[in-house]
Parts: sequence; C-alpha cells; structure tokens
Amino acid sequence: MGVVALKLSDTTLGRVMCRPKGVIAGTWLILVVFVAVFAPYLTPYEYDIQDLPNAFRAPDAAHWLGTDEFGRDMLTRIMYGARTSLSVSTIAIGISVFCGMCLGAASGYFGGRFDRAVTAVIDLTWSFPEILVALILVAIIGPGVTGAMVAIGVAYLALFTRLTRSQIMAIKSETFVEASRSLGASHGHILMRHLLPNTLAPVIVAAMLATGDAIILEATLGFFGLGAQPPTPSWGGLMSSGTAQMFKAPWIIIIPGVAVAVTVFAINLFGDALIHALDVRARVRES
Amino acid sequence: MLGYFIRRVLVLIPVSLAVSMVIFSIIHLIPGDPIDNLLKIGAGPEQREIMTARYGLDKPLAVQYWIWLSGVLQGDLGTAIVARRPVADLIAQALPHSLALGLCALAFSTFFGIVLGTIAALNRDRWPDQLIMTVVLLGSTVPGFWLGLLLILVFSVWLGMFPVSGARDWSAMVLPVLTVGLGGTALVARVTRVAMVEAGQRDFLMLLHAKGMRPARIQLRHVLRHALIPVVTILSLRIGWILGGAVTVEVVFARPGLGTLLIKSLNQHDYPVVQACLLILAMAVMLGTLAGDLIQAAMDPRVRAAL
Amino acid sequence: MLLSVKNLSVGIGTLTLLESVSFDLAKGEIMGLVGESGSGKSLTALALTGLLPLIGGRVTAGSLEFDGTDLATLPKRKLRALRGRRIAFITQNPMTALDPVQRIGPQVDFVSRTHLGLDRKEARARTIELLTQLRIPQADTICSAYPHQLSGGMKQRIVIAMALAGNPDLIVADEPTTALDVTVQAQIIHLLTRLVRERGLALVLITHDMGVVAQACDKVAVLYAGRLAEQKPVHALFASPQHPYSAALIDCIPREGMAPGSLTGIPGNVASATAYPAGCRFHPRCPRAGAGCDTKVPVQRGLSDAGTVACHYPLNGALDV
Repeated sequence: MGVVALKLSDTTLGRVMCRPKGVIAGTWLILVVFVAVFAPYLTPYEYDIQDLPNAFRAPDAAHWLGTDEFGRDMLTRIMYGARTSLSVSTIAIGISVFCGMCLGAASGYFGGRFDRAVTAVIDLTWSFPEILVALILVAIIGPGVTGAMVAIGVAYLALFTRLTRSQIMAIKSETFVEASRSLGASHGHILMRHLLPNTLAPVIVAAMLATGDAIILEATLGFFGLGAQPPTPSWGGLMSSGTAQMFKAPWIIIIPGVAVAVTVFAINLFGDALIHALDVRARVRES
Repeated sequence: MLGYFIRRVLVLIPVSLAVSMVIFSIIHLIPGDPIDNLLKIGAGPEQREIMTARYGLDKPLAVQYWIWLSGVLQGDLGTAIVARRPVADLIAQALPHSLALGLCALAFSTFFGIVLGTIAALNRDRWPDQLIMTVVLLGSTVPGFWLGLLLILVFSVWLGMFPVSGARDWSAMVLPVLTVGLGGTALVARVTRVAMVEAGQRDFLMLLHAKGMRPARIQLRHVLRHALIPVVTILSLRIGWILGGAVTVEVVFARPGLGTLLIKSLNQHDYPVVQACLLILAMAVMLGTLAGDLIQAAMDPRVRAAL
Repeated sequence: MLLSVKNLSVGIGTLTLLESVSFDLAKGEIMGLVGESGSGKSLTALALTGLLPLIGGRVTAGSLEFDGTDLATLPKRKLRALRGRRIAFITQNPMTALDPVQRIGPQVDFVSRTHLGLDRKEARARTIELLTQLRIPQADTICSAYPHQLSGGMKQRIVIAMALAGNPDLIVADEPTTALDVTVQAQIIHLLTRLVRERGLALVLITHDMGVVAQACDKVAVLYAGRLAEQKPVHALFASPQHPYSAALIDCIPREGMAPGSLTGIPGNVASATAYPAGCRFHPRCPRAGAGCDTKVPVQRGLSDAGTVACHYPLNGALDV
C-alpha cells in the first residue's frame, strides 16, 4: 500500500513538472517557500530597524526594492512578509482542510439529521463571500495573526466540507465499499481505508487553489489593519502602510502587490497542472 | 412561474432568520460584557442602565433576540456609538453608493465576462482563447484593493483622468467599477467558456445542423443560450463575491458606501453599525441569489418543473 | 435514381471506418441498412446528410450522387440548403434530440420558415397540420410544451414532423426507435413508413432489428465492419441469404414454433476498427470460412435475384456469374 502510494505521488509530481507551466510555477513557489523559511539568514537588513534618513529611497543598489517611510529595507520586509503571509494562509487552509474533511466525511457517510444540519449551515455560509465571513470572525476574535488564521480557516471550511461530502456520497455506495462492509469492516476502517483516500486527489487540488485565495484574503485583512500587527511585516500590511505614501513612493505598494499576484498566479498555474496530472477536473469543478 | 416565485421566497424566511441570529449573536461572542461593547468608553452608570434596558440585556437571550429583531423589522437598527446617530441613517446614506457600484460592476462583469468567455470558447485552444484565459487568470490572482490602488496610480495620479477618490459624480465611479468589475469579469469569462464548451457537445445540436441551421445561429441562439444557464447559477451564487469585492474597493477609493462604513466601524468597535452593515450585505446576497434563481427558472423550463 | 452511392469510404483521422460502400435508392423506396454496432451504419447516415465534419469525419473516396449532384464535393453552404429541405435526418435518441429550453412549436416551425419561406403564422399552421397527421392529439397545446413534458414516443413524432416539414425527397432515419419502448417502436415505424409511402419519399432506415426490416423495407443493405456484405430486395434476402453474416442475422430473429433455447446469437464480436482482420473481416466468426478467406478481400458479385454479395463461399451459390 505504502509503496504504491509513493509511486503514484512520484509520477503525479513528475507529470506536473513535465509541463512548462508546472516547472515555472513550481520553481517560483519553491523559491518563495525557501525565502520564507530562511528569511533571517537571507535578508540584507533587519526588518524592524528604522533608518529615518534613508526613508523613501527608490530602488537602488543598496536597497534593491527601495525603503519605506521609516527607511526600512523593502526587500527585507517582503521576504519576512512572505513568512507571515505563507504561514497564515497555509496554516489556515490546513485547519480548513482537516476540519472540512472530518465534517464532510462524517456527514456524507452517516447522513441523517447530522448531515442535514451540516448541509444547512454550509449552504448558508457558501453564498457569503469569504471576505465577509473573515471580517465577522476577525471582529469576534480580534485582529492579529491568530485571528486572521482562524478567520480564513473558517471562511474556507464550507468549501472543503462540501467537496469531501460530495466525494464520499459518490463513492460510498460503490461495490468495493459494499463488499468491504459485508465482510464486517468497521465504519472507521471503511472511512480511513476506502473513502478518505479516494477523496484526497480533488481535496489536494482544491486546497492548492484555496491557498492562493487565502493569500489574497490574508493580504486584504492585512490591508485593513486586521491581519498581522506592526511591526511584523505581512504583504497586506506593507501595502496598507504604503497607501499613505502612494504618491511619494509608489513602490511601497506596488512591490508587495506584485509579490502576492505572482505567487497566487504561480499557485493557480501549478494547481492547473496538478488538475491535469491527477485528472480530477470534473471532480473539483462539481463543488 | 408565480408559484415558483412564492415557494422560493418562502424558503428565504428560515434562512434569513438563521442569518439574523448569527449576526445578532456577534455582540455576545465578542470577548467582554456586551454592554461594554455597546457603550462608548467612559460611559456613566445611568447610560449603562439605559442601554441595558433598551437591549433587554438582563433578559434571557431569546427575549433579547426578539427585541432586537422586532426593532430591525421596524427599521430601528439601534444607535451608532461613535457617531451617536441612528444606525438606519448611516445605512441610508451609504447604501445608494454601494448599490450603484455593485450594480454597475455586476453589469460590467456580466457583459464583458460573457463576451470574452464566448470568444474564448469559439476559439478553443487557439491563440485568442489562450490569451483571454491567461489575462483572466491573472485578473483573478490580483487582490482587488491592490488593483484599485494601481488604477488610481496610473489613471488618477499619472494620467490625471479620473478623481482619486470620493463619489461626487460619474467620473469617480469609473475606476471603482473597473476594479470590482475586472475580478468579476474573470470569473464570468471562465464559467462562460467552460459552459459553452460543454453545451457545444450536447446531442440536440446534431438535429439543428440536420435542419440546415447556420452554424453561427446554432452557436448564438442555442449553445450560448444553454451556456448562460450555469453562468447565471454561478453569478447568483457568487453575487456576494462581487459585493465582497465592492466592500474592499470602496475603502481604497474612499467611497462613502457600506464597505467603508463596515471597515471603519470594525476598527472603531462600533458593533451596532457592524451588525447593521452585515445584515444589509447578507440581505443583498440573499436577494441576489433569489434573483439568480428566478432568472434561471425563466431560462430553463426544467428548473420550473423540478420545484 | 434519386440516390446513388458509389464506393463510399469514410475516415476519421487516419482510420478508415467505412470502405467502398455502394447502393442505389429510387424515389418511393425504403431501404434498410442493417448491421451490428460499429458496422458503419451511422457513419453512412452522417455522410448522406453531410454531417460528418461534426464528428471529425470526412468522405475519403467515392461519391454520393443525390438527384444528379455529388454530395461529397458539394460546398458547405449548398449542403446546408439541402439539409432539412430535400434531405431530412431523424436522429438516434429522441430523448436528447430536441433543445430542452425551446418550446416544441418553434423547433418544428424553423424548418418550414427557413426552407419553404413561410411566415410565422403559416409555419405554425403547417406544424399543427403535420403533428395532427402524426396522430398527435391537441397539436396546438403540444406546440407550446417543452420537450421534457413529452414522452419518448411523442418526441420522436416531433422529430419526424421536423423531417417532413421541409417536404424532403429523402429521409435518413438513424435507429429511430432504439431508445423507445417496444410497444411504441412498432407504432413509430408504422407511422413513419406510412407517411413516406403516402408521399412517395425515399427512406434510408438504419436499424439493427431484422424484424423491422422485414416489416417495413423494400430492399436491404447488410453492413459488416465498415464493408457491405450483401444487398438485395428484402424478400430475396429472407428467402435465400447468400452471405453467412446475413443468414446469421436472420437466424437471430425469434420465430413461431421455435424450441425454447434454440435462438442463437453470432459467436464473437465485431472487430474494432483499429484491428480489423485481413481478408474478409467476418472470417473469424464465419462458420463457412475456408481457404483464402483470411487473405483475400471478397469483391461484390452480382446475384441472380437482383443483389450483390461479397463472399468467397456464398450460401446458396445463386451467383449470376
């Protein structure tokens, strides 16, 4: 079982990387993750040391991406910002995927009153824009990294619950599951060994794409001052502080935005390649 | 059709009740005593008593909800803490701005999304398709507020074509509509393309060709007609998404709409206003979905038959 | 001859799916086109109606002469003007043949409005008249109904009405009853053949049901794996089939007085187009296969009973030459 799974993932990744789209997108993502993880060793300056005489410096040799209103190096802050943005969005989506799969699997597998309740709540939140759900939650939890993570996580809960539920519903009546049940397998065994592994491919793709959206959402919360609080740099926060200086130093807002756009674009391209490689187009789209 | 409409509206009632409960409970979910959240810092004990009596905060939750809901149904949305004015007034001032932006952006994205999606589908896998789809993908990976900032930078600051912010006349609408609309266009174009391709594989097209119908007419009168059904579904489901975009974009352009009011109130912990804004936005989302369902029913006789 | 198909070959991509098929059809004649699925029946129908491009196919050789013009080389526009007007097509599955979001009336009206130049009112009057002839009760209410409100048999009548609406000379019907209930099948076939006979039209009736052929057709062409096996008048085919495949098809019809369990099928399956056997394509399944069957392609030979057969060892040996 383990060997087979490993082989499958090898070929899947192989197939993704065979496409030029996949290679370019993958390279950028690896680069961003690398920078985010090793930011303290890579950055030319400290992210929070102010250097007022050097404020508002346009990009030059000393500061490749210029400096902000306090003279802090933008490149450094972007690199640290990647750290915040990526960790918030991936952890948020991680929470979302985990809770969504549990909820979706339970409601799809057991059905009944529980399923109806879950479906009702999910349908309710589904039509509401993620940004509104996240704003409400931040209002409750309070701004900051934790607040943003939980808010984004809950905002995407509906997506993964729906997806998992529909997948489980689709395969739970298939012959191999029936056969396993008639052989006396427990609910836990059927769920863990048969149903959940089969829902994994579309969930992975959806999680990939949702991470892109989550980065935008995190940036939006940050832009409104509801994300990571200063002096911790985040991409949204950088743009937020840049608006006041927009006419004087446009690079302060342009650069973080480009970072967000390119990263989310790369995630989407990679996700596209993944869809082709896993051949799950129809399954991802139906939810 | 009338029966369908009535049934569809009846379904909305429990949903709106559920939504109102969630919004009502925000005030109780926020850490701290609800009274503190409803009062300005430094309010005296007598104000505290007035507030407690007004909201029935000493009564059970269900009663409190009832007091709040009956107030809302009569148009009493409470008093803003910071502005010290009826929340209904604030909303009445903000709503037209948001409505104008939202509807214009919706019209913009629907029109251009369908046109671009159709062009892409008709040229599937050739260069117009690839070009449109790449631009569309790019459009959906850019944060709305940032796009707004860029547009301001280019068109207002550098080219001086439109005002930077505000809502004085139509020219102040152009950039916000463009900002919200581009994201929506990306969504609609993507859905239209997929729906066109799928509708183009339907069996009944064979008979249309067999009847001697012109291919152009088949594409526009039949394929596009079918493709629009899922497009309307997605649009109605994602109408809130466009509204959500409007919320953030309003702030960027300093338009005095609901979004600006919401964000400001969130930052000022002015919870009665937050509740009211969320209520209005939720209603807009529900009405949008309703409108979408009705249009869909008008377009597809099978939907009418099913419900 | 109204229709004269000569050495017609049809290909999709690099595959040749229909090879050198020839037959003639006169006005007022009904020809059955039979064979198992994959034998090329539907491709022939699409070739006759000029719809091959829709499935990515094309005529690779031969000619389709319809009233003196070759359909294989006719430009698209002229072909389109013929379709629905002089050549009508009845598609396979009535359940999915109609546009589900358009009312029945306009779908039928389209044909007479486009091809006969009738205005809205005249076209509707004609539609109602046609529907009534097809024994559809309350034709005017049916006109404002949507397809999902009608039964399968009713939908197929609508499709037939569309075919008749342009006053065609030739109707091509591709398994018009396969998707319908058995009881409705007979009705529809009866109705279709009656109307065709009344109007003196030519009909190519594609079916895999030899019973239908016996009941409705004047002549029959048997296709096997993209090639013509045998063609002749219906009575002659049933009286003395020459090709072992025709004989086997006839043997598949249940008859009165048969012992239970004595109904036999044809052993094996039609080879796929990517792996046709050499020589006669039927030889792996043929009880009479002998020397040369697996190497030499049999040619069409004339028969004394006004038909042709392509077999090295025909059953009754009634060859003309």
